[in-house]
Amino acid sequence: MTFPESNLRRKKLGQALMFGLARAISYGIVAILLLILFFIVKQGIGVVNWRFLTAMPENGMTQGGIFPAIVGTLYLVAGSMLFAFPVGVMAGIYVNEYAKEGPVKRFVKMMTNNLAGVPSIIFGLFGMALFVNELNFGASILAGSLTLGLLALPIVIRTTEEALKSVDDTFRQASYALGGSKLYTVRKVVLPIALPNILTGLILAVGRVSGETAPILFTVAAYFLPKLPGSVFDQCMALPYHLYVISTSGTQIEASRPMAYGTAFVLVVIVLIVNILATLLRNYFGKKVKMN
Amino acid sequence: MGNKLETIDVNLYYGDFHALKGISMFISENSVTALIGPSGCGKSTYLRLFNRMNDLIPNTRIEGQVLLDGEDIYQIKPSKIDHLRRNVGMVFQKPNPFPKSIFENVAYGLRVNGITDKSFIGAQVEKTLRQAVLWEEVKDKLKKSAFELSGGQQQRLCIARALAIEPSVILMDEPASSLDPISTGKIEDLIFELKNLYTIIVVTHNMQQAGRVSDYTGFFYLGNLIEFDKTKKIFTNPSKPETENYITGRFG
Amino acid sequence: MRLRRFTEPVFESLIKISGYSTGFIVLLIVIFLFKEGISFFNLSPVDEGSSLWVHNSNPVKKLTAPQIKDIFDQKITNWKALGGNDQPISLCTLDELGEAFTEEQLGAKFERLPACIDSYIDSLPGTIGFFPDKQTANALKNAQPVQVDKVSFSKFISGTEWFPTSRPAASMGVMPLLLGTLLVSFFAILFALPLGLAAAVYLAEIADERVRRILKPVIELLAGIPSVVYGFFGLVVIVPLVQSTFNLPVGETALAGSIVLAIMALPTIITVSEDALRTTPRAMKEASLALGASQWQTIRKVVVPYAASGITAAAILGIGRAIGETMAALMVTGNSAIMPRSLLQPVRTIPATIAAELGEAPFGGLHFKALFALGCILFIITLIINFLVERVSAKRVR
Repeated sequence: MTFPESNLRRKKLGQALMFGLARAISYGIVAILLLILFFIVKQGIGVVNWRFLTAMPENGMTQGGIFPAIVGTLYLVAGSMLFAFPVGVMAGIYVNEYAKEGPVKRFVKMMTNNLAGVPSIIFGLFGMALFVNELNFGASILAGSLTLGLLALPIVIRTTEEALKSVDDTFRQASYALGGSKLYTVRKVVLPIALPNILTGLILAVGRVSGETAPILFTVAAYFLPKLPGSVFDQCMALPYHLYVISTSGTQIEASRPMAYGTAFVLVVIVLIVNILATLLRNYFGKKVKMN
Repeated sequence: MGNKLETIDVNLYYGDFHALKGISMFISENSVTALIGPSGCGKSTYLRLFNRMNDLIPNTRIEGQVLLDGEDIYQIKPSKIDHLRRNVGMVFQKPNPFPKSIFENVAYGLRVNGITDKSFIGAQVEKTLRQAVLWEEVKDKLKKSAFELSGGQQQRLCIARALAIEPSVILMDEPASSLDPISTGKIEDLIFELKNLYTIIVVTHNMQQAGRVSDYTGFFYLGNLIEFDKTKKIFTNPSKPETENYITGRFG
Repeated sequence: MRLRRFTEPVFESLIKISGYSTGFIVLLIVIFLFKEGISFFNLSPVDEGSSLWVHNSNPVKKLTAPQIKDIFDQKITNWKALGGNDQPISLCTLDELGEAFTEEQLGAKFERLPACIDSYIDSLPGTIGFFPDKQTANALKNAQPVQVDKVSFSKFISGTEWFPTSRPAASMGVMPLLLGTLLVSFFAILFALPLGLAAAVYLAEIADERVRRILKPVIELLAGIPSVVYGFFGLVVIVPLVQSTFNLPVGETALAGSIVLAIMALPTIITVSEDALRTTPRAMKEASLALGASQWQTIRKVVVPYAASGITAAAILGIGRAIGETMAALMVTGNSAIMPRSLLQPVRTIPATIAAELGEAPFGGLHFKALFALGCILFIITLIINFLVERVSAKRVR
């Protein structure tokens, strides 16, 4: 059989072209990310200094620092994890260790997926209806933390589930063979092995929660509050909301631009730290488990 | 009958692992050669030398000569590998039709090699489906997905797919290992038919199958070619004790 | 030992309860969202505690909320346009009465107000009046109340005007917001899908392991950046770029939103479709190469078709992300609630509307409930998307 050589040449050329294009697009996407990071770092790094991190906002939020927003975000992250971490880990244990294959397990997993897909603004609406109004917490750190906790819950559940799934069954069987109960096996054998991966999930959830804005709009965030919150029933400022506010509203948007760049820089640094930490943790413990 | 294929002292390494150890062997034209041996003995790796499929696995190193019609296929330009693969067809262990219609599966090899003449493609598809004894079963549903066929039909489709571009050599890597006995019988009949037109190499686990379909048999063990001879000779009067042990089922 | 016999069941029931927590939360979300959202319907769009009145002789007895808005915006100035007599419309509120009558005539405590209204309307039969019920006390003789259609589901869905705070009657049609959301999301995916797919193909089939190990975490990092940072970046970089490129009066447009949301959807699309591409059996790729196909032909004709359902799932998930995205959309799309006509126009998405307006909507009022109804629509869209993704992915297993 004879094959047309001209078409074959086109085939080779097509491959070279498409591979080049795919490579160019991939590097282009990376370039976009680097551009965003570079832009924010370049504009923000000159603003960030010790005073910026530790001072109250001044002069219509065009000067001073972002201290209360940093503290507020810390409170919110801590508060949300206080709820989401234990509940999420226990739910992950339930799904992977206790629930039997069947409609119940499918339902639980489906609901976790659904919750993960709910837009963050819906969490905001829900948090306002339930925590702020129905339970009468008012716009407060408590209401905001719980709302963010709900949003973080599916992340913690999924990573816990994955972490437990990767624990070899022989560990469980060995424990049962020695007369360990189910809970004892989970607590003393399975959880310790899965812990590094579970912690990775916790770190990723912290990263997600610290950057979320929509859920805290109506549940806790204060536009301008130049003092630190005194109790969980106080409102507080938060980094992402602060960035939103100073970059879109107020009469002095241009004057507060440097503050906005500085805030964006701090947020980006948090994200970078979280990602690097998660990767390091995964690599470090990943190796260690293999060695045993 | 001349030698279609020949390997001269071929060594193959996957990283540090020495998978083929100095194999020299010839394959005569228009015959069926069976490669037998226990799992991991190197018979599939040896088969994949002839269409340079081992190239796809990273860290593979090959020494020695592999001759097709007297030309060393490892000395050709990389751009000619497509030519080689057109000339050397392959059928895999499990039926692996493409996610396309029955017709498009057979036409695939023609299309990717630049043939656009519709009537030629149609005629060639029918011809090869008849060769693979599948035409009567599928002629009314050529547009249906190939996944709707049974396992045995899928494997015959894969054979038709390989035949469509008219190779001179067909490599078969345990072509019937995942099929039921009836489908296996059909494949074996087909191999028997095809050897008049093609040079066929079959890797198989199944001793009876090797005995039924092949003219020559090579026995591989731990990367070595232990014995290579006429099938009749190997199965009735092997010269090496390892071969006899394997054939009589004492190991493997 | 005895203590453990007591604590183990406690712990195990805690674990079980936690397992059901997500289902419980979804249920709670549905209850709270829909309780407020559904109570929105069958409310009157007219300000609570007020009514509209026309002269007894006026044949127009029913008006819709958009008509009322047009009347009070003086876009409709003759009753003929509303199917009534050919007479000009004159507007009358407490302000007009205050000018037409002296304090004495009105009475110290407005006790003679109904009589004044009666005489005012009688003298100008083309009047439409808007008064608090407390003042009229339903005691008008020459005027009759105008019936205003209640907020209905079909009007809410099909309405093309979103003026939730306009008085005397609010128009709340979800169409401009819904179309705005879909427009921005659709184009975001249109931009992101080809790029994301190309990157996924590169990572799964072309790049060698070393390159992949560098690119993959970078793309995951892209997913970790908060949406408000994307919004900010869009605001200071993309918006001015769009404005100068197309020479527009404002850069905050649907296009700017689509670009920012496209960048945000990339990691989802890349990760999900790369996973799908990787499920293609090696033997299938080898079969294609063994027939003399090039690597690119194998990708185009075998690998991508094999992963088609996974790639579809990636696209649907990406659309879902884009539809639900709040902050970035709020910051770069310009937020004007008009029917979108082009990409180079400001639009407003559903999540952005909720975020922008809920803070100012009086608690429990019409506007507040309308925003919850928007939330319900958004929630239903999300459920549909989750359902579709599950259906499409389930197909892949077969």
